[in-house]
Amino acid sequence: MLDFFKQASGSHETTLAPPPAEPAEVRLNINGQQHTLQIAPWVSLLDALREYIGFTGTKKGCDHGQCGACTVLVDGVRINSCMTLAIMRDGQEITTIEGLSHGKELHPMQKAFIDHDAFQCGYCTPGQICSAVGLINEGKANNLEDIKELMSGNICRCGAYTNINAAIIQVKGEVQS
Amino acid sequence: MKTDYIGKPTSRVDGALKVTGTAKYAAEFSADGLTYGYVVSSTIAQGTIKKIDLEEALNLKGVLQIFTHENVSGLAWFDRSYKDEDAVAGSPFRPLYDKKIRYSMQPIALVVAETFELARYAASIIKVEYTTESHISDLKENIPNSFKAPKGKVGFKPPVSRGDAKEAFENAPVKIASEYIHSAEHHNPMEIYATTVVMEPDGKLTVYDKTQGVSNCQAYISKIFGLSAKEVRVMSPFMGGGFGSGLRPQYQLFLAVLASLELKRSVKVSLTRQQMFSFGHRPASVQQMALSASPDGTLQSIAHTAYGETSMFEDYTEVVVNWSGLVYQCENVEQKYDLVKLNTYTPLDMRAPGAASGFHAIESAMDELAYALKMDPLALRLKNYAERDQNDKKPFSSKALRACYAEGAAKFGWDKRSIEPRSMREGNNLIGWGMATGSWDAMQMKATANAVLTADGKLTVGSGTSDIGTGTYTIMTQIAAETLGLPIENVTFKLGDTLLPEAPLEGGSWTATSVGSAVQSVCTTIKEQVFKLAKKVKNSPFANADLKEVNFDNGEISLKLNPSKTLSITDVMKQSGKVSIEEEATTMPNPIHMLEYSFNSHSAVFVEVKVDEDLGTVVVSRVVSAIAAGKILNPKTARSQILGAVVWGISMALEEDSVVDNNFGRFINHNLSEYHVAVNKDINDIEVIFVEEKDDVINPLGIKGLGEIGLVGVAGAVANAVFHATGHRVYNLPITMDKVLGLSE
Ligand code: FES
Ligand code: FES
Repeated sequence: MLDFFKQASGSHETTLAPPPAEPAEVRLNINGQQHTLQIAPWVSLLDALREYIGFTGTKKGCDHGQCGACTVLVDGVRINSCMTLAIMRDGQEITTIEGLSHGKELHPMQKAFIDHDAFQCGYCTPGQICSAVGLINEGKANNLEDIKELMSGNICRCGAYTNINAAIIQVKGEVQS
Repeated sequence: MKTDYIGKPTSRVDGALKVTGTAKYAAEFSADGLTYGYVVSSTIAQGTIKKIDLEEALNLKGVLQIFTHENVSGLAWFDRSYKDEDAVAGSPFRPLYDKKIRYSMQPIALVVAETFELARYAASIIKVEYTTESHISDLKENIPNSFKAPKGKVGFKPPVSRGDAKEAFENAPVKIASEYIHSAEHHNPMEIYATTVVMEPDGKLTVYDKTQGVSNCQAYISKIFGLSAKEVRVMSPFMGGGFGSGLRPQYQLFLAVLASLELKRSVKVSLTRQQMFSFGHRPASVQQMALSASPDGTLQSIAHTAYGETSMFEDYTEVVVNWSGLVYQCENVEQKYDLVKLNTYTPLDMRAPGAASGFHAIESAMDELAYALKMDPLALRLKNYAERDQNDKKPFSSKALRACYAEGAAKFGWDKRSIEPRSMREGNNLIGWGMATGSWDAMQMKATANAVLTADGKLTVGSGTSDIGTGTYTIMTQIAAETLGLPIENVTFKLGDTLLPEAPLEGGSWTATSVGSAVQSVCTTIKEQVFKLAKKVKNSPFANADLKEVNFDNGEISLKLNPSKTLSITDVMKQSGKVSIEEEATTMPNPIHMLEYSFNSHSAVFVEVKVDEDLGTVVVSRVVSAIAAGKILNPKTARSQILGAVVWGISMALEEDSVVDNNFGRFINHNLSEYHVAVNKDINDIEVIFVEEKDDVINPLGIKGLGEIGLVGVAGAVANAVFHATGHRVYNLPITMDKVLGLSE
């Protein structure tokens, strides 16, 4: 909190961030494709995706791990990509929203989101979908209450929760049967 | 018919773009040599900038320029150049204009650098010295300095009183009087405010902005920077939520354009989530309600006073108190609405502005009165049902609120409610049932749409409106497809571009009515053109037919009386040698109807809460929202809109609170972990009912708009349910556990 306050303010004596660092080579495996970037170590995975590679499907809603809009899958596990530096993910398998569909064929979770109208503005949606896919991978959510709890890291300001849960329940059912 | 899409549940036409991450929002456009801007915000609320030391930051390799009040000049001089379509009375905020600080987190510098990270870092090492002056930030404390809310904002109606509420209150046998306070709230759409300005090779600007009105933004920057409309194209194809926050141009637009013009480079400026608390918000308010009634529940008087906050430079107004004279039949009504100037940014319309806060007070007071009368809260509403709009002395164009009460109550099981507070429980949970009424204006504005039908039977319709998640793309496509009888896949709707015909700001729940009417009108004109051609083709089955005698369905024209006689639209185009038909239409509300009628949507909201007796935690376990809003164009997206609005109401009632630290005159919880909005776990059963409401007067489509109405009654219904559960009335929002337990107010 204090750091955010100061960072946005620009009025303090001590320098908070480290001085600019030189770019280094970072190799990211995104959606099965190798991307080699020359980026400074202070670039977050989220910014690497959005600003340096052009994968803008992953969204920035807070940049502080508070909203879930930036959720991607790393080795199948959902993480907030704003909370990790790209350089820390060198060599790991990263899946973004762009990697869930195959050409025109949508991932079942994407399809279920459309069928259940599980979004309005669509800005939280890639994060919700990646998070929901990660949730099913975890195998922990066994009922609606679990889903609600375990999806609460993804804020939807449009308030599409009812439909998001319906979509997840449908896909979970399909996976299990 | 196959192509009668209006009224049918239809999946969003932009759904695939949104679930695949292909829909592009303002910060997601790129350009050659794109540079990044980062905003520095003030840390004080009132005073002046004494010194701003940029040296260290400017020396960093890759930092291109830092704009401050010291090096920005040559801008428009007069207030009128900064006034936008949604401006209020007063003098609009001018970013980087002078050294004066008017509110905390005022933008005081823009760093532009080759990368986002570098701009952010450079911003962090700028040193600012201020001369601090004392600020004013406490609404309640400053009520003695309040003044009558002035006119100036489009749509603002000053309060109107009637009869003698004071005397009626004195003489009435049953009465209540209470004060309600609700905190400021911030819109916090999930997408952060951002502008990408692309400097085209010919020096023209293409501006991708997060806005609810592209033409508003185009006019704003044209006036300030002295550019012609041809030199600035503003686009906003997708918007990650608005809720009103995009009705006025935000300062990142100004800053991005400024930097782009000065540096002759493309520039992207994205705010931070923290800075999302540095412009408009729903103003905090203090409201006083006094109601009186005769023993049978007939209202004798309503007195409603509201104090709202505004900034030092503008007078923001919203309609807070007028609702109390509208929703209930009463001869003696006194309404007062005053403003208090604070060191804050000018408040800004936020979903159901005025009504969301006003109805919280009205409906809580009605609940309190019902207990004083020992009457069922719903029976009290029915007893005082307003058949006419007594504020404006007009009939309603339609009003199916009775049906909302009846259907909502039946679905909820309201008749099983025990009237005594604290009389229902489940283990450690006290159960409470509360209800409330809601209303919103059904407005229509002037709007223009164009349409092109090509020989292959494809239709492209456009209007410079926006889709902030409301489903504009989808409903406009439905209207166009049905009007011309085309399969929905053959219709494309375009929006969010100043090259398209002008539409009103996307707000006030008027987009469906305004743009929908224009789309219907332009498609009707095209239909007439097609039919004229169809009559002339060789051996036309329609040679002697009238437009009324044919159907346009599934790409074909057929005789109603002899459906086997058909011609396809593509055939008509081919045989007439037409490559395309292009039309434009402008629609406006019917001025005579405007004078004769009042137009409103209505709702009845029923809420169940479970309150932990020991902890005071409130869970909204069940909501039934019954809505009367004319014809529903798309029940699927409409339901989502109401679901979302109910989530907003729960969030407003229990969570949202922009906390001002009066020591600093600053919102201190300016991030999403401390400014709570409803998350998945907070939301349980929500049922949406659209009651039948036929309206032949309002517009040819018979629609009223849905953006706000779903939110209006919710906070009051939650508050009333909490009282029913606990027997303790919490007057101030949000209703947090400390207030429920009576540990604070
Ligand atoms: S952007 Fe990463 S959690 Fe919000
Ligand atoms: S769909 Fe808009 S924030 Fe979730």
